[in-house]
Amino acid sequence: MATAVTAWLGLMPDEVTAIWLSIKVASVATLASLGPGLGIAYLLARKRFPGRALLDGLVYLPLILPPVVTGYLLLLAFGRRGPIGSVLAEFGIVLSFRWTGAALACAIMGFPLMVRAMRLSIEAVDRRLEQAAATLGARPLAVFLTVTLPLSLPGILAGAVLAFAKAMGEFGATITFVSNIPGETQTLPSAIYTLTQVPGGEAGALRLTLISVVIALAAVLASEILARRLAHRIAGDR
Amino acid sequence: MTLVVDLQLIRGAFALEAAFTAGRGLTALFGRSGSGKTTVIDLVAGLVRPDHGIITLGDETLLDTGRLIAIPAHRRRIATVFQQPRLLPHLTVRQNLGYGRWFAKARPETTGLTEDGIVDLLGIGHLLSRSPAGLSGGEGQRVAIGRALLSRPRLLLMDEPLAALDEARKAEILSCIERLRDAAGIPILYVSHAVAEVARLAATVVVLEAGRVAAMGPTDAILRRADLVPVHDAEAGALLDMVVEAHDEELGLTRLTGRIGRLAVPRLSQDVGAEVRIRVPARDVLVALRAPVGLSARNLICGRLLGVSPAGEASMLAEIDCNGVLLAARLTRASVRDLGLEPGQPVFAIIKSVAFDPQGVGTGRLAAVEI
Repeated sequence: MATAVTAWLGLMPDEVTAIWLSIKVASVATLASLGPGLGIAYLLARKRFPGRALLDGLVYLPLILPPVVTGYLLLLAFGRRGPIGSVLAEFGIVLSFRWTGAALACAIMGFPLMVRAMRLSIEAVDRRLEQAAATLGARPLAVFLTVTLPLSLPGILAGAVLAFAKAMGEFGATITFVSNIPGETQTLPSAIYTLTQVPGGEAGALRLTLISVVIALAAVLASEILARRLAHRIAGDR
Repeated sequence: MTLVVDLQLIRGAFALEAAFTAGRGLTALFGRSGSGKTTVIDLVAGLVRPDHGIITLGDETLLDTGRLIAIPAHRRRIATVFQQPRLLPHLTVRQNLGYGRWFAKARPETTGLTEDGIVDLLGIGHLLSRSPAGLSGGEGQRVAIGRALLSRPRLLLMDEPLAALDEARKAEILSCIERLRDAAGIPILYVSHAVAEVARLAATVVVLEAGRVAAMGPTDAILRRADLVPVHDAEAGALLDMVVEAHDEELGLTRLTGRIGRLAVPRLSQDVGAEVRIRVPARDVLVALRAPVGLSARNLICGRLLGVSPAGEASMLAEIDCNGVLLAARLTRASVRDLGLEPGQPVFAIIKSVAFDPQGVGTGRLAAVEI
């Protein structure tokens, strides 16, 4: 079916590659940041500890910094000679100029959006329910898994979708950190940018723009439907 | 299993310094709002840490700030019924009940009640597949009580469980709590600011005032004391244990018998032979030196005046010994002077039969008081 669609849209092989790469990069970025995102959101929402304000600021930093700056900082840190990149290279892990690096850049750029949505939904969970669960004998981890997590699931889902959408559109940090290599790091935005820079590329740019809009809409719709179902389940009117 | 509490906590302008003991049966933590009752519940449950304090339950120390012992809430095995049911909204009633049981799997049975027994006792069998969102306040609170009992607690805390309910629902939950108190073999610490609830349920009362224990003792003795009770939106009064002797359907009366003698009250729903506890507010008791004639009040009891003590600006509280049962009567200072009341004097106590408050009628006798 995929080939039929690409033929019907008249997509070039390079464009198809860019679409699949973008979906892969965005999915990996979203899935990989779910765990840390949830952990940090929970810490910020429920715990008081020294350095909390600093952590809060650090998480939101990519939202405020110019994406190019974030990308350059990533290049400095994760580049082959960078402090983290050189250590990772010892284990054969190279991020710069690889699609995995694009995923890292997208994950970091989407992280503030994800954490913010998750944190708000965890804060909205009635703490008195968590207390009631504790008095019934549930350990803190059990309270989190059986009360906090299920009740904040719509917000967690919303955070994941936001991060995915952000990752699909991430451009500045990605191109700075991993460049624009077709087949390796050329995601949808990079491909659109490239097409707009060459004569006769307008048609391709338009096709990819349409695809971007469709993917983004599909993601938002899917999450909206899921969140509504979850909310119904929580409210209990099945 | 006895709960011993000695706690100090300062939060802003509020200071709590409370020490008391709660043993078998139901102990009421009685006081105005703002007196620190809920704080005590949170401290005993382990949801709040005190500045200093000791809490022991049976022979286990749950908290000792001096020895740096603080057992967390989930390991205290103390269940709490809060003002609101606090049911988990994403689970059904059955799953909510199962939640309490699941974490208690490895614990020994404490209440002496089976799961079916608890469901029957609370009358929640028909609600099991429902979602908490669809329950009325009273239904939700009964499920919350069931969930607490199924967690096999060693102590049950109840923090004004009737606070959010209307009068009809209150009556429904009160009788549930009454049955539970008699059926479950665990101590209950019950927070309330309503005299009627305390009179009906409690064996022992701890009066809390501005964060301090103002008095502690058997319910009947505490509720007769005007200096403790008037501050709590109601009157002092006596508690009497009686047995339903007969119903007079024609006149709409129920005859009760007890150590004090016979009393006529408005028709009660209890069967003949049932043990009931009634509250006789001091303001509804009149005192006469001679047996009055042509009086509309139905209940005339002879007794001996024990003493008269001041109670407020213009009134005094007379304690009357009626065959070993104590009645309290609120009199004006003027009538005490005019009657020339002296301790030891034989008097007649007149109780208006309409004075009985059906809400204040409880089943079961005053439990033996251990403290």
